[in-house]
Amino acid sequence: MQTPVGRRTLLGTAVLGAAALAAAACAPGGGGDRPAARTPASVSTDVAKAGNVTLTVWDQEVQGGQRRQIEKLNAAFQTKYPNVRINRVARSFTDLQKTLRLALSGGNPPDVVQANQGYAAMGQFVKAGMLLSLKPYDQVYGWTKRYPKGLTDLNSVTPDGRSIGSGDLYGLSLNGEIVGVYYNKDKLAEIGVQPPKTWDEFEQALATAKSRGEQPLAFGNLEKLPGIQLYGVVQDQLTGKDKVRDLVFGRGGAWTDGPNVQAAQKLADWARQGYLNKDANAVKWDDTPVDFARGRGVFMIGGTWWAADLHDRMKDRVGFMAPPPRQAGAPPTTMGGESLPFSITAKSRHPDVAAAYINFITSPEAMDVSVETGNLPVLKPPTRQPAEPVMKDIAAAWDALSRGDGITPYLDYATPTFGDAFGGPLQELVAGRTTADRAMQAAQKDYTTFLKK
Amino acid sequence: MTPPRGKGRPPGAPRNIGWLYVLPALLVYAAFLVWPVIRGVWFSLYEWDGLGTGTWAGLSNYARVATDASLRGAFGHALVLVVFYAVIPCLLAFVLVAAVSRTRVRGLAFFRTVLFLPQVIAMVAVAVAWQWMYSPDGPVNGFLRLLHTLGLPDWSRGWLGDFDLALPAVGLVGTWVEVGLAMVLFLAGVQKIPRELYEAARIDGAGPVAEFRAVTLPGLRRELGVALTLTSVAALRNFDLVYVTTKGGPGEATKVPAYEVYHRTFETGEVGLACAIGVTLAALVFALTAGISRLAEGRRGAA
Repeated sequence: MQTPVGRRTLLGTAVLGAAALAAAACAPGGGGDRPAARTPASVSTDVAKAGNVTLTVWDQEVQGGQRRQIEKLNAAFQTKYPNVRINRVARSFTDLQKTLRLALSGGNPPDVVQANQGYAAMGQFVKAGMLLSLKPYDQVYGWTKRYPKGLTDLNSVTPDGRSIGSGDLYGLSLNGEIVGVYYNKDKLAEIGVQPPKTWDEFEQALATAKSRGEQPLAFGNLEKLPGIQLYGVVQDQLTGKDKVRDLVFGRGGAWTDGPNVQAAQKLADWARQGYLNKDANAVKWDDTPVDFARGRGVFMIGGTWWAADLHDRMKDRVGFMAPPPRQAGAPPTTMGGESLPFSITAKSRHPDVAAAYINFITSPEAMDVSVETGNLPVLKPPTRQPAEPVMKDIAAAWDALSRGDGITPYLDYATPTFGDAFGGPLQELVAGRTTADRAMQAAQKDYTTFLKK
Repeated sequence: MTPPRGKGRPPGAPRNIGWLYVLPALLVYAAFLVWPVIRGVWFSLYEWDGLGTGTWAGLSNYARVATDASLRGAFGHALVLVVFYAVIPCLLAFVLVAAVSRTRVRGLAFFRTVLFLPQVIAMVAVAVAWQWMYSPDGPVNGFLRLLHTLGLPDWSRGWLGDFDLALPAVGLVGTWVEVGLAMVLFLAGVQKIPRELYEAARIDGAGPVAEFRAVTLPGLRRELGVALTLTSVAALRNFDLVYVTTKGGPGEATKVPAYEVYHRTFETGEVGLACAIGVTLAALVFALTAGISRLAEGRRGAA
């Protein structure tokens, strides 16, 4: 401070501060207008009359079967409507999450985007008025009749972005996904156990596997999310689907309720009894199916997104089932949902063409394409059946779950920060560093903080 | 010594036209550095999800940085990493350089290259490699199991999933990367220390330790300042290593501020808070580097 340099630095700081204050006069992100609501009468379904249109679509269908599916559908749409050119921008899931925020808040967003379900994505986009309500289009195309309510609920949110499961529909999904139980048929035969029909039989099978020196469950939890999914599958059996749905959608209940704590206790017991691999928190999620395919794990609780990979590695040695219900023959319950929904952006200049495109790629014929390209279509395909054994298992499980309305939402929809706020304590739980009570209290704390906001 | 500031300019003093010469660089600097900093500070005063209209939040985001246990933990982890990235590498480099300066090492160029190599590799590649090294079935555990068969206790574990050891494990990767940088800097410094000083020290009967303290260390003060600054900044801005290896886990054991900036901006939509973390981190980097340079210069003044 004793030299002129010091004074100059001070002056500079003052100038910067003043500039910052001047800038502070207006809030960031201002000027976003809500889109005008459309009436069903003004919707044009005749794409051929729309003239030459370039439809920009941002999707994340970059993996093998999904890529082939969307490429095939896009080609078919353009053949049907030669006046439309689809400008497809494909990004990986994580890349899309990062860039979509910036693209939507910019002046020239794409027409159709895959916006992830949940508060941190679709909820915030709707709140900011960046997605178009599909309600008028639904009245024209009848989408809510095409899809079961549980599935359209996942893609619906209130205008304030606060309540998933109510409010207008904002997107439609192509493929279904469920978390279920994969099993290694050879290993089951080795330990002399039949595929379990009830939850008790499943736990019994885990115990038998352990006593025979096998790894009962393949489990990698480096990313925290796998732990939440494992907990969710157990919770579905102990708490029941309606209570889980109410809890996730903020309609009642607490994470510290008895059955929810018991589910956490079950996880802790499994970890203590050695049903989960010792270094679970150090194993990458992507490595779990690799370990399972190598025979390290009689069972693996995982999503249908692993099926294609597991089929490649294990062929007919791998089977899949919905988590067995507590009573034999009861309808199964598990966590699941649908792939990222296709939504129309509020600033799209061709919303009618975009709606026709979404209608086209979710049509019954499109579900056949989904099967042909090795995916699990969100709706029952009219003619096609999967060829691979594990895909047949999955289609059967999905069908049973759809008929019995047994699909519960992913738990990380509960709050935008749930992945860390609950996933972290669950990592501590399987490492034996915390108790079931304390883990659920941590979840409840994050939950109430979010609901209070 | 400040030059007299009169109307007449002393010969050789800069003229105003100088500003014109630096204008292009200044413009680039202002557009890509100064303006983003101002915007960052501005955003940090709002509660904003990055999409809608932000609401004025005053200093509450900074209050959260100071009070939120998880965020404070992240800054604490960053300081632990400074030890692994800056302090340990510099100490190791000193030992190496002291050894080299006393004896003639065959193939010095080879060792220098090998130790410097981690600096040349992209951090993401380093992270992927070390994730494999530390994995439950990786080489580190393989070696430890080998020791176990020789009768030692079984030290193998999932390093990156261990609540107590994940942060040191990540830190050791930093040590591995930065030791080469410190050593190359010090080696360059040692070469300019006059040989006579070492001879004089030896004639005076100095042992290796005394020689190091009296000759090598004072001669390397500037290099030490540079090495500490570069490595501390690398420690504080550490993002890629954590992003690839642990994503801040297990639990919150390896959360660091730079990762939180990313996480809060893109994953939870707390842009205002993320900016406040970023500004705080920048202030911390500034304070630490200012402290280091003052330390390095201050000692020189005393010598």
